[in-house]
Amino acid sequence: MAKLSVEIVTAERQLLAEKDVDMVVAPGAEGVVGILPRHAPLLTTLRPGAIRIKKDGGETAMSVGGGFLQVNADRVLILADAAEREDEIDAARAEEARKRAEAALRDASRGGSPAQVQAARYALDVSLARLTVVRRRRGRESRQ
Amino acid sequence: MASLRDIRRRIRGVRNTAQITKAMELVAASRMRRAQQRVTASRPYAETMRTLIAELASVSTGHLSGEALHPLLVQREVDTVGIVLLTSDRGLAGALNTNVIRRGSELIREQTQAVELITVGRKGQDFMARRGQTLLGTFTQLGDRPEYDAIIPIARTVMDSYMAGVMDRCYVVYPRFVSTLAQRPEVVQILPITGNAPAEGERPERPIDYIYEPNPAAILQALLPRYVEVLIYQAVLETVASEQSARMVAMRNANDNAKQLVDDLTLTYNKARQSQITGEVLEIANAAEAMAAQA
Repeated sequence: MAKLSVEIVTAERQLLAEKDVDMVVAPGAEGVVGILPRHAPLLTTLRPGAIRIKKDGGETAMSVGGGFLQVNADRVLILADAAEREDEIDAARAEEARKRAEAALRDASRGGSPAQVQAARYALDVSLARLTVVRRRRGRESRQ
Repeated sequence: MASLRDIRRRIRGVRNTAQITKAMELVAASRMRRAQQRVTASRPYAETMRTLIAELASVSTGHLSGEALHPLLVQREVDTVGIVLLTSDRGLAGALNTNVIRRGSELIREQTQAVELITVGRKGQDFMARRGQTLLGTFTQLGDRPEYDAIIPIARTVMDSYMAGVMDRCYVVYPRFVSTLAQRPEVVQILPITGNAPAEGERPERPIDYIYEPNPAAILQALLPRYVEVLIYQAVLETVASEQSARMVAMRNANDNAKQLVDDLTLTYNKARQSQITGEVLEIANAAEAMAAQA
């Protein structure tokens, strides 16, 4: 059976390179996309959210702040902004970042420029994406 | 001839300097390793982005031949050339900054059009300011481990001036990190983006029929500014790696020179001391002889 090869790179480093992957789930521009082997060629922008990679019944997750995803001939290439693997995310710090982002958004929407509001909303989305990834991990661990 | 005490003072002075250069060498060596890793780690991203843009540009031109999809792709008649000159903030890095600045000055001289200059790094800024060159923007203190976010203001300045028509073409000049022993000044055009000319054999024979979400134009819209940022980020990382490598080599040379100098001075010192002792012995011998003759 065909499998996917997945590569995730950020401007700073290569985050992941994996072969024989069964499925990739990513937050696409027009909704969450699930990519299975033999997917049609696809090019999409990403929104802040969680990327999940399923392989041999297991799953790894990471958060992204945005980026691009390309699928071609069973090869998934993700150019990610501000991506973090789930084992790198510190739950407490992510929570703190969310609070900061919420405060910033409140300040910005009370008489900040539109650009400030946008930046604050983006920061909030990124921190929420991180939290989602962490919570899922915790959920999985407690079930085991 | 210098007195013994003078020579001893010199030796001590040279030894002290050697201690400092030794320390600087070690610091540069450890930073160099990290900087080199960062350069190599960031290359795949820039590479993949370049191929993506090439593919996109080839399908886009299919749809709208000749029509540029994005302001950053627009090829205009060139009235003003923008140059971004990257140097280090600090010196003591051998000929590194001199070489980059020389290449930059050459590039400026080659232009028949007006030139707008942006400097990154204190050395380039100081040099150009001394020459009376007006600067469109200056950036310093990016540090030894520049974060991606730190270069966004540079990219913003470049793209804004390009889109506002302040410059019609833009180059970056930076010391490319080749190896620990070699750094070569390099000139790269960053605007307008010319991703539509991929290298030989890279272009697929039949363009792949992608599904675009949301659509090619929107993806380009997001991709192109990012690409300019990545090019600049890459250049900054190269500069940092080059700086640390050049400094390490320069400091190693300084150490070797200091050692040589200390050896030479020690020899001179011993010779001088020997001749002084010989002189004293002679004096005593002469005096003893004279006394014996008197008696």
